[in-house]
Amino acid sequence: MYKILEKTPLNPTVTKMVIEAPLVAKKAEPGQFIIFRASEDGERVPLTIADYDRKAGTVTIIFQIVGGATMELNALNAGDSLVDFVGPLGTPSKLEGLKKVAVVGGGVGCAIAYPTAKKLHELGAEVHSVVGFRNKDLVLLEKEFEAVSAQVVKMSDDGSWGEKGLVTNALETLINAGNQYDEVIAIGPLVMMKFVCQLTKKYGIKTTVSMNPIMIDGTGMCGGCRLTVGGKTKFACVDGPDFDGHEVDFDEAMHRGTMYRDFEAHAREAECELLKKEVE
Amino acid sequence: MPNMDPKKCPMPVQDPDVRNKNFKEVALGYTYEMAVNEAKRCLNCKNKPCVSGCPVNIDIPAFIAKVADEDMEGAYAVLSASSALPAVCGRVCPQENQCEGKCVRGIKTESVGIGRLERFVADWHREHSTEKPAMPVSNGHRVAVIGSGPSGLTAAGDLAKLGYKVTVYEALHTAGGVLVYGIPEFRLPKDIVRQEIDGLKELGVDIETNVVIGKTITIDELFEMGNEAVFIGSGAGLPRFMGIPGESLKGVYSANEFLTRINLMKAYREGAKTPIQHARNVAVVGGGNVAMDAARCAKRLGAENVYIVYRRSMNELPARKEEVEHAVEEGIIFKTLSNPVEVLGDADGSVCGMRCVEMELGEPDASGRRRPVVKEGSEFVLEVDCMVMSIGTSPNPLIRSTTPGLETNSHGCIITNGDDGLTTRNAVYAGGDAVTGAATVILAMGAGKHAAKAIDEYIKSKDNA
Repeated sequence: MYKILEKTPLNPTVTKMVIEAPLVAKKAEPGQFIIFRASEDGERVPLTIADYDRKAGTVTIIFQIVGGATMELNALNAGDSLVDFVGPLGTPSKLEGLKKVAVVGGGVGCAIAYPTAKKLHELGAEVHSVVGFRNKDLVLLEKEFEAVSAQVVKMSDDGSWGEKGLVTNALETLINAGNQYDEVIAIGPLVMMKFVCQLTKKYGIKTTVSMNPIMIDGTGMCGGCRLTVGGKTKFACVDGPDFDGHEVDFDEAMHRGTMYRDFEAHAREAECELLKKEVE
Repeated sequence: MPNMDPKKCPMPVQDPDVRNKNFKEVALGYTYEMAVNEAKRCLNCKNKPCVSGCPVNIDIPAFIAKVADEDMEGAYAVLSASSALPAVCGRVCPQENQCEGKCVRGIKTESVGIGRLERFVADWHREHSTEKPAMPVSNGHRVAVIGSGPSGLTAAGDLAKLGYKVTVYEALHTAGGVLVYGIPEFRLPKDIVRQEIDGLKELGVDIETNVVIGKTITIDELFEMGNEAVFIGSGAGLPRFMGIPGESLKGVYSANEFLTRINLMKAYREGAKTPIQHARNVAVVGGGNVAMDAARCAKRLGAENVYIVYRRSMNELPARKEEVEHAVEEGIIFKTLSNPVEVLGDADGSVCGMRCVEMELGEPDASGRRRPVVKEGSEFVLEVDCMVMSIGTSPNPLIRSTTPGLETNSHGCIITNGDDGLTTRNAVYAGGDAVTGAATVILAMGAGKHAAKAIDEYIKSKDNA
């Protein structure tokens, strides 16, 4: 059992949890992920490691409440335990040697983009963060990004926070202003990463994306998370989740992501019903 | 007086048209009377060829004689001296190629139903025995086992009986390896696997789930933690795909994913939280036991048409004869001498068909099997909305890529020094599919047994040095 030590809502749909998992904390690196199961009959769900404390033996996860499994997780509180928490899985991000990097985060993807930005900052890189949210109520980790970035560009779809527009607009403005990036790192919804890659390809800037396909085991034994990268089949759970964004077949990944859409909608309703009953 | 009936006592089974709609066990097992009667067919011959056919060398005539004498606990004691998982092996071993294949009675008539009797005794013990096994006396040595599949569990059981403190590390959340994620409930009920594993725990074996060796802990760290030897039984869980166009469409599964969702995550149950596609027309590509399991699962999930698509003929199917017969009875359609060349998708990115070619058998290849050759102009389309790829697996690269000095061959299989399972690393042993590539449960158990013996000899020789 893996105890929840802290639970903090970051915005109405995103929650941060600090989990007691010493073995995972000891080995975790930015870019890696864990798989959790909240309860005995729960589903296995991957989440990227948002932070870790080797000394305290804790791992921080940040998740958006989007469906049955994340609703079930969010129903737990500090002091409760998860039945399963396995990791660290996947290949760590390669951040060494980068001098100047644009980190682009979209929505809950910012929770994963932040530890990357932080690590780059610690390694001495100049970090420009471009963070985007639908509106000001959904903003995450604003101060944290400011602390590790030489520059933060804030964007929202409706203009209620920072500038109105998409992260791609902001990134293009930075590039046109003469910023020469060694690399762009984009983490967020597939469609956002796809458009960031289209933009950076035009400018010939190397771009790394963190992919988030459907997973079961997360150890390379099923291929459920497979992607086409550079024309080859790759398993995101072992070969990734980081990939060269200019090589990824995003349209295929987006199709595969919708495989269980109807089932997920039912699961969400069922979990809502359950929570409602508990409240009554 | 032996029972001279030329035929094996048949085992009651669920009716095919009933069982292909549920996940309950197909074969129902012998009754007490059937077991005693079948046991009397054994001639208790002197040279015991059956024993040599068993990879873990169970003293078969001895346990069967106890069944004939109605001493079921005595029979269980004989079984458990050689096998850690008799209820599993009695169910899933390909006995026709092993113990029963060598039975003297099988020369002229039908061999003794050794597997069925083993299963009966193990089930009888589980249902009737209340006695806990005695905890072995500790010898003060520690050994780590990687993987809780058949080879790891067998090695762990044997070492625990010798007094070792054994910890088994498992990457998934449930112990059992292929016994829990691969082989379906209707061939091997998961309660039985769980109870056999509980038996190992009673011998003092610790099982740590959610630990991925190579990621969470490395092999070198296992030694730092005080283990004097390590056994790698991590299996061959990396699925192969064909590399044909369309394989990434929605609705194309590896057999591993399809079966893991169904067996480990119980996606077949009403209200399960892990989803699975309930398709109308399913093609399973391949002809092994895993292909049969996937096809029979697809049928039970409600598919109207389930096809086995195999590039050779019925005669070359690598699956057990009994599994093929069961599949045929349950309405699985065999499209042999056929090979897919492309998966077809609709606008939504979902599978809507499979373009295949017909094959004919040419000259035998290096493996001695007749090589399938494409028939010119034979293309056809099979209408399917789900495809399961069951064309084999290879060992997962996680451990070899994180263990310096551990050598593997070109197929990714760990290289060992013959029977005892010693790898190219001192005090690191390996066995089962991690060494051989995908094989059988009982061969993995045999490898676990040999390695346990070698580990014991190694640690004892170190003590005496």
